[in-house]
Amino acid sequence: MIEIEGLTKKFGPIAAVAGIDLKVLKGEVLGFLGPNGAGKSTTMKMITGYLAPDSGRVRVCGHDVERDPIPAQKAIGYLPEGAPAYGDMTPRQFLGFIAQVRGFAGADGKSRVAAAVGKTELDLVLDQPIDTLSKGFRRRVGFAQAILHDPPVLIMDEPTDGLDPNQKHAVRSLLRAMAPEKAIVISTHLLEEVEAICTRAVIIDRGRVVADGTPSQLLARSRHHNAVTLILPAAQGESARSKLRMLEGVSVVEQAPRANGTVELTVFPKSGALLIENVSALALSQNWDVKELYAEPGRLDEVFRAITTHDASRARESRA
Amino acid sequence: MSAVWPIFRREFAAYFATPLAYVFIVIFLFAMGAFTFYIGHFYENGVADLSVFFAYHPWLYLFLVPAISMRLWAEERRTGTMELLLTLPVPLWATVLGKYLAAWAFTAVALALTFPIWLTVNYLGHPDNGVILASYLGSLLMAGSYLAIGACVSAATDNQVIAFVVSVVVCFLFTVSGAPLVLDVFRAWTPLILVNAVSSFSFLTHFTAISTGVIDLRDLIFFVSLIALFLTANVVLVDLKKTG
Repeated sequence: MIEIEGLTKKFGPIAAVAGIDLKVLKGEVLGFLGPNGAGKSTTMKMITGYLAPDSGRVRVCGHDVERDPIPAQKAIGYLPEGAPAYGDMTPRQFLGFIAQVRGFAGADGKSRVAAAVGKTELDLVLDQPIDTLSKGFRRRVGFAQAILHDPPVLIMDEPTDGLDPNQKHAVRSLLRAMAPEKAIVISTHLLEEVEAICTRAVIIDRGRVVADGTPSQLLARSRHHNAVTLILPAAQGESARSKLRMLEGVSVVEQAPRANGTVELTVFPKSGALLIENVSALALSQNWDVKELYAEPGRLDEVFRAITTHDASRARESRA
Repeated sequence: MSAVWPIFRREFAAYFATPLAYVFIVIFLFAMGAFTFYIGHFYENGVADLSVFFAYHPWLYLFLVPAISMRLWAEERRTGTMELLLTLPVPLWATVLGKYLAAWAFTAVALALTFPIWLTVNYLGHPDNGVILASYLGSLLMAGSYLAIGACVSAATDNQVIAFVVSVVVCFLFTVSGAPLVLDVFRAWTPLILVNAVSSFSFLTHFTAISTGVIDLRDLIFFVSLIALFLTANVVLVDLKKTG
């Protein structure tokens, strides 16, 4: 549905996007991750035709966005960063305007506005100027605007930014419900969001794709992937640590003190080893007073930091 | 063409959603009255026509029209709605035209609200209403020209103050390009034909011609093509900003 080839964009001497190739298929929810200034928003602006790329091209549903923008823009629902809207209008007027511009007149337009309002739960504030709405409601107005025409492609720049946990949950279930029929790209800083709704995570850093895979593939790159954490009374900590170290497949055991007289031991596996069964058997045979014991799926923030800061320091080295 | 209408409607309604419209209209009408009665000595002249009223239009527009046009694009950029507007499936020319026509319609409303002076002059005597109608038409076209210039300047900058000042200066040059102030600069070093060309860009000359009641096709073509020129430049400027 979305095809991006060799996309680049410079702002002055800085390359905001430095050669991105991506294909997003129907049914995919792609989470766009990256540090601030990595080029996420710039890429989205080029997909939607707001910015023209320096080189490369974007096709949406087969239409070249630069050469043939209107059919491409018809197929896109776009929530720009910060969910801009005309503040002096009410959500009803604003969504009516969007419906009209998108060519839905009369009853058709009204029913589309009503459907979008229903999905985003805007009923209560429908006749209040958008300027007077809270951040969460404003974001939902932007969301309603983007899904009004039931587009096959959704591009959303930080759709849950500023929402409270209940609203986040609502937006995520909405996205999940729409996902099978659409190609969805969301950018986010929230790694838990990627785990919650994305079928694919793409990390970009300084304008390049540095990781691309399913969230579980990315998690597998984490140092904590398949590591086992135990919480024991502090007194048993040292002996347990040395015994754990002797287990087969263990590379390192890290110890971290905790507040209430307990200690946290994290057992890291050698590559590929599964430790949870051996560790729990050992704990049982040694009669440790185990408070907690769990296997870690991996930590996305760790992968994120490893990939993005690693690249940054390497760049500094190469410049020096 | 159908895309122009919703853009126009939203933009036009936006004027009346804020105090802008009311402040503008009140000041416009008040200034019109002040110029006509106190500086133009409308009563003392003892002539039943509106020539003193129309004589001040170019000078009022010079400051009031850029005040409307400065926000036309700069405001969309500031609030981020530009991104929304330009990613909707609407051709750029339709967006430019819709916004421009809304601003023009708004000035038309302000101009139409000067009708009491037309009633007054008809009450006091027997003016030539054909001349008055032609003058209103000329005034509207002139306002449209100032607006097209202002809209174009607004598209070129993100800063509303810069948009205002630059628009006033450009409009001023177009207003007085028939006056010695401007022509003397050219006379010293350019052939006469160029001096005449510059002087033919004067809004004053064309407006004065129309407000004598003679609607010459050349004057109409002048204003209409000037508007078209600046709107085209407006489209190009907005499009250029896309390349960053």
